Amino acid sequence: MSLTDRLLGDRQRLAYIASQAADSRLNVELETEGMTLNIGPQHPATHGTLRIIARLDGEQVVWAEPSCGYMHRGYEKLAEVRTYPQVTSLVNRIDWLGSFANEVPFILAAEKLMGVEAPARSQHIRTILFELSRIANVSLFLGDLGVQMGAITPVFFAFRDREYVLNLIEGATGGRFHPNFDRIGGLKDDLPKGWIAETKAVMKKLRTFCDQIDDLLFGNEIFQARMRGIGVIPRDVALQYGLSGANLRASGVDWDLRRDQSLPMAWDKADWKVWTHPDGDSFARCWVRLQETRESTKIVDQLLDTIPSGPIMAKVPKIIKVPEGEAWVSTENPLGEMGYYVVSRGELGPFRVKIRSASFNNMSVAPWALRGVYVPDIVTILASLYFILGDIDR
Amino acid sequence: MMSVLALEVPYWGQSLLRVLGGIVAVLLPAGTIVYVFLFKMMSFMQSRLGPMEAGPYGSLQLVAEVGKWLQKEDIIPERADPRIFKMAPIVVLASTFLLVAVVPFGPDAWFTNFEVGIFYALAVSSLSVLGILMAGWASANKYSLLGGLRAAGQLIAYELPMVLAVIGVVIQAETMNLQKIVVAQNSGEIFGFSGLGNPYVLTQFVGFLIFMIAIQAELTQAPFDMPIAESELVSGYMTEYSGFRFLMFFIGEFATAGVFAMITSVLFLGGWGVPFVWFGWSDIDSVANWMNFVGPLIMFTKMMLIVFIIMWVRFSSPRFREDQLQRFAWKVLIPVSLGNIAITSIFKVVM
Repeated sequence: MSLTDRLLGDRQRLAYIASQAADSRLNVELETEGMTLNIGPQHPATHGTLRIIARLDGEQVVWAEPSCGYMHRGYEKLAEVRTYPQVTSLVNRIDWLGSFANEVPFILAAEKLMGVEAPARSQHIRTILFELSRIANVSLFLGDLGVQMGAITPVFFAFRDREYVLNLIEGATGGRFHPNFDRIGGLKDDLPKGWIAETKAVMKKLRTFCDQIDDLLFGNEIFQARMRGIGVIPRDVALQYGLSGANLRASGVDWDLRRDQSLPMAWDKADWKVWTHPDGDSFARCWVRLQETRESTKIVDQLLDTIPSGPIMAKVPKIIKVPEGEAWVSTENPLGEMGYYVVSRGELGPFRVKIRSASFNNMSVAPWALRGVYVPDIVTILASLYFILGDIDR
Repeated sequence: MMSVLALEVPYWGQSLLRVLGGIVAVLLPAGTIVYVFLFKMMSFMQSRLGPMEAGPYGSLQLVAEVGKWLQKEDIIPERADPRIFKMAPIVVLASTFLLVAVVPFGPDAWFTNFEVGIFYALAVSSLSVLGILMAGWASANKYSLLGGLRAAGQLIAYELPMVLAVIGVVIQAETMNLQKIVVAQNSGEIFGFSGLGNPYVLTQFVGFLIFMIAIQAELTQAPFDMPIAESELVSGYMTEYSGFRFLMFFIGEFATAGVFAMITSVLFLGGWGVPFVWFGWSDIDSVANWMNFVGPLIMFTKMMLIVFIIMWVRFSSPRFREDQLQRFAWKVLIPVSLGNIAITSIFKVVM
C-alpha cells in the first residue's frame, strides 16, 4: 500500500485513481512524476491546523483534498454535559474572531424553545454587538488577504483598526475575544456610559479603513491579476455545495439570512443593502466582504440612534429548564450561515446540539475549486473562501 | 587603492587591505540596510515603532539578532545531502563578495579595475542561482525544492532584461569598465548642457526602470518573492536552514541588495562622482585626491536612495504568480529593453 493510499480514506480513493489516470496521460511525452504536497497541518497559509493534500504536476494541482479534524474539540458532545447558560462560553470559541455572533443563534434557539423573547432594547444591543463582531472578523480577513499574497503592510492597518472594535466589545461585555455576554431572555448588562458616542467615532474610522484597504489592495493591479478569474465557483455549484454567506453572494445568489428570515433581532430596523457579485471568483468573494463591512458600519450607526429604552432582561426563572422540544435557528454569521439544532428533554442542559458551522460547508467546495490551479492560487483561493479553523473543526 | 594612502605596502599587505575593504564594503551597507529599512522604515510604514529596546532606538537590534542566530543549533535534515546543504549559503554569500570586487568607490579607491567590469558583475551575480538551487535540492524538502526551482526560473528570466538594460548604458559610455562609466557620466553633457554631467538615469530612463525591476526580481524582493513566498512555500529554499546558515542567507539577501544598488548607482547615477565641471576637472587624472574619501560617502548615499526604492516597493506590493512573472519578463521587459537598445544605438550613431 502506498503512502498516499494510507493517508486517504476509502471515499477519496476514487478521486485518487482518477488523478493517477490523469498522471498517466500527462506522462505520455516526458517521463515526469507527480508529487504529493502536504500543505499543513502546520503551514502559514492554513491559519490553524488545516491540512491540504495536493497532488501536483509541476506546480499545477491535479487534485487537492482538505483534511480537517486536527483541532476537533468536540463542542457538540461537550454541550450535552453543560447547562444552557454554560454553553455560550463553549460556542463563542467556535469562530473565535466573531465570537459574540456564535452565541446569538444558540440563545435564540433556547429562547424559541422556552417561548421567551428578549426585550426590544437587548435585541438592539445584540444586533449591534453581532455586527461589531462581524466587523472585527472581516477586517482581519481584509488585512490577512494581503499577507496571503505577500503584501505585508495592510495587515498592520487591519490589526490597528480591529483593535478599536475589540475595545468596544470589551467595553460593553468585559471580554475582548470571548464575551459570553448573551443570556437567555436578554443580555448580561446594559451598555456602559459613553459607549454610543465612542462607537460612532470608531465606525467612522472603520469606514476610512475600508477605503484604505480598497485603495491598497483592491485597486492594486497585481492583486487583481492574482484574484480575478481565479477559483471561479459558478452559481449552481455554489448552491450544490451548500456555500453560504459572502461566498454564496459572490456567486450571484441574493441570499442573506439577516434579511430573509424574521428573527427577534433588529436588522429590519435599519436600512442596508445585500451586496452580490456576478463573477464568483476570488476577487468577487473579497469584494463582497469589503462591501459588507461597510454595510455593517452603517447598520451599527443607524441602530445606535434608535436604541429603545426599557429593560435588558425578560422575565426568566433563576434556574433555567428548557421544555421538551426541538428547535433550529440559524443566523448570517461573519463566515456564513451558522445554526444550532437544539434537542431538549426538559433538563438543565440540552440533550443534543447539532452545530452547523459555515466554514465546514464552505471548505467542502475546495477540492472542486482547486482542480487545475497553480500552487500560489491554492493560497489565494483558500484565503478568499475564508475559513476559521475552529469553525471547521468545532 | 594604495595610491589613496600614498604608502608603499607589500603585496600581501595590499591583498589583506583589499579583503578587509571588501568585507567592510559588503557588511557595513548590509547592516545599515537591515536596520534603517527592514527594522525602521518598514515599521513606520506599517504604523508601528519597530525594535526599540536594544540600544538607542533599537540600533543594536541587529547585533542581538546575530548573537541569537549564532547560538542556535545547526540543524541538518536527516535526508539532506549534507555537503551541498552546508555549502549552499556560502556560495550565495560568495557571489556577493565577488560582485563588490569591481565596484569603484573613488578615482583610486577600487578593488580591481577590469576592462570588462560590468560583464564580470553580471556573470558573477548569476552564481547565487547556483547556491539557491543547491539549497533547494539538498534540503530534501518539497517546499525547498519548489522554491529553488522557482528561484532558478525567475533569476534566469530576469537576468536577460538586466543585461539588455545595461547594454544601453554600455553603448552610451562606449566602455564596459565601471570606472570609465562613472567618468563618462560625470564628464558628459546632455545636448550641450554639462552642468549636471550626464547621469544615465536621465538619458537611459527606460533602461533604468528595466534595470530596477530586474534587480527587484534578482533579489527576490516582493512583488517577485515567489522563491521565498512565506504564505505558500513556508520559506522556500531557506525552509530547512537555521542558525548561522540562515544568517548567511539573510546577510546575503541584504548585502546583495546593497551591492546591486551600488552597481545601479554606478551605471545610472554617476557612482562616486559629482559632475566634474563643478570643480573644473576634465578627466579621471585631474580629480582631486580627497574624492577618494568623499567618493565612498557619495556612493553610500546613492546606494541608500536606490535601496529605499527597492524596499518601498517590497513593503507595499503583493506578489505575482510564477507564470505571470515569467510572462512579464518575456513579453514586456525583454521587448521594451530591445527597443531601448535600438533607440539608443540610433541616437548614438546620429548624434
